[in-house]
Amino acid sequence: MTRKSSSLVVGGITAAALVLTGCAGGPPAPDGSALSDGKVTIGILNDQSGVYRDLSGPNTRVAVDMAIADYREKYGDEAVATEIEVITSDHQNKPDVANTQAQQMYDRRGADIILDVPTSSAALAVAEVAAAKERLFINVTAATMELTGASCNPYTFHWAYNTEMLAKGAAGVVEDGGESWAIVYPDYAFGQGMNASFTAAVEAAGGEVLESIATPFPNDNFSTFITRAAAQDPDVIGIMAAGGDLINFVKQYNQAGMQESTTLAVGLMFITDIHSLGVDQFSGTTFTDAWYWNYDEQNREFADRFTQLTDTRPTFAHAGNYSAALQYLEAIQRAGTDDADAVIAELEGAELNDLFLRNGVVRSDHSVIHDSYVARVKAADDVEEPWDYEAIIATIPAEDAFSDVNPNCSM
Amino acid sequence: MDAFVQYTLQGLAAGGFYALAALGLAVIFGALNVVNFAHGAFYMLGAVLTAVLLDVAGIGFWWSLLIVPVVLFGFGILVERVLVRWLLGFDNLYTFLLTFGISLVLVDIIKLRYGVSGLPYEQPAGLGGLLSIGPIQLPVYQLFVFVFSVAVCAGVWLLLAKTRVGMIVRAATEEPDRARALGINVSRWVTPVFGFGVALASLAGVLAAPFRAITATMGSNFIIILFAIVVIGGLGSILGAVVAGFLVGLVEAYGQGYASTFSQILIFILMAVVILVRPAGLFGRRESV
Repeated sequence: MTRKSSSLVVGGITAAALVLTGCAGGPPAPDGSALSDGKVTIGILNDQSGVYRDLSGPNTRVAVDMAIADYREKYGDEAVATEIEVITSDHQNKPDVANTQAQQMYDRRGADIILDVPTSSAALAVAEVAAAKERLFINVTAATMELTGASCNPYTFHWAYNTEMLAKGAAGVVEDGGESWAIVYPDYAFGQGMNASFTAAVEAAGGEVLESIATPFPNDNFSTFITRAAAQDPDVIGIMAAGGDLINFVKQYNQAGMQESTTLAVGLMFITDIHSLGVDQFSGTTFTDAWYWNYDEQNREFADRFTQLTDTRPTFAHAGNYSAALQYLEAIQRAGTDDADAVIAELEGAELNDLFLRNGVVRSDHSVIHDSYVARVKAADDVEEPWDYEAIIATIPAEDAFSDVNPNCSM
Repeated sequence: MDAFVQYTLQGLAAGGFYALAALGLAVIFGALNVVNFAHGAFYMLGAVLTAVLLDVAGIGFWWSLLIVPVVLFGFGILVERVLVRWLLGFDNLYTFLLTFGISLVLVDIIKLRYGVSGLPYEQPAGLGGLLSIGPIQLPVYQLFVFVFSVAVCAGVWLLLAKTRVGMIVRAATEEPDRARALGINVSRWVTPVFGFGVALASLAGVLAAPFRAITATMGSNFIIILFAIVVIGGLGSILGAVVAGFLVGLVEAYGQGYASTFSQILIFILMAVVILVRPAGLFGRRESV
């Protein structure tokens, strides 16, 4: 069969399927062609087996399913998205795998949107595919500023956090008396970005960075790096490692007795990190959080539903994916179609509020800004129930939590 | 100068741990001619079992130092009897692939059961705090790991070099035919030696629990460094593994101190230089390569 005739056949089958689903049930769509292929397909592309499995992974799907259930309950028979399918894929934190998986999801599996995508390099790869395919990509779990900077495009949104937002909490630490810093960061894109953002934030708040120390990644043995940082006699040691390396560092930091003389600031921390290391090892550590499950009644209610399904508490990434899926469906509802450009028109400039986005605004660079929080890890004695690890000591209003619109972004 | 002394001490402390962790790899290769790629996974099992014993049964660090190697010794014997022994007669590429497969399976089982973010473990009582010698400070736990590792390495060397059991094991593994002719049941000794090597890996895992992240993949990167160590020391040489362990610890510490981003590359540059100059490694026998 030639390529042309095979695509004709595929086209025919798709048309037939469209007719069939049209007849099969559900209320007729407002204008008869509301959904591109008879349904809304939400793709989740993340780490299903590696280091970020626990903080996003399979449980992201649970969060997205909760958003779909809430959307259906709210709109019932009025829902534009009558049929919603969720598909998932594993990108193994590799940009090349992310690239091919994203193409498959958009082309062969009919994804209208891709969600989640931790790991900055993988996220940038997916953003490129989204722009080429002209379909939506809402990134939740990657940190890079590039997504809304030089690599921004009309189809990509950055929902939850970025490196500059993580660094905003540093200002609070400086004001608390932590004026001199030593920063230890892993020497790859994420670590370098974090180092730059934190150095800028500390200096803007009137503090001083005495030394920035690059470390290999991944790395098990930090003892000499800790000695070097301590030799500068800083008030604060900032660690920009994530996942297992962060835990290696904190264990060795505590063993070196550093917690008595210096404050530890962690660049990026998920609640799963605190859980896996044990709250006592992190006690007193300050960091910026995008969302905390036990912050108020609304969050707690969501967390309880989530826990019933997963036996674990949600990370901010899970809540962020819930929010992204929900607001995407709401935008389809307002637009009356799942056409990508129409949905984007609904999202751009929108003021959004849900349990994750407090005072959320979708900016022109497609960075979604919202209130964020300065969190401190509780002392072991103050923990009242499992996963009750954080005390929220300050709320950073949305416009202060994120930097200005990125001048490098043009779309 | 203070900084240099400090880095040296930290390098030696790390080196002791590396030596112990690499020892089992050298023992298994020396005795069975098996390149045990699952060594990192057995190390990981040791650390995970330590954390689980504390969490589930309240069994602390000191008892774990005893219990975990015994349990993993049994597990090692099982793995040898059920899987490894069938491939012992073939080229050691076969056992290399087999043990690589075993490590993938073990890592995934632990991932499925305990997730990827790791298990908590607290500092063992009595081993916290710092030891100050003038301007130099060293965590007490690092010092303990150093002393303990050196003692275990010395014990293993004495066992193999000076005792009757050691002599039989060496005879059975180095000259199996002649040993058989002298009435030694060779196959009886191969299995416990494998179990012993696995137990040593798990012992390093117990020591790692208080100062490293306990995750399913903790052995996956570590095994690469361990292989560098046994290659530098000479495959199968116990003394070589110990000396190379210290050497790598020192190189890493100086690297971290003076050329931080190169600290891991330096280890492999050292390995490349050793292979170029002495292909059999520092203490390797020519025929063992």
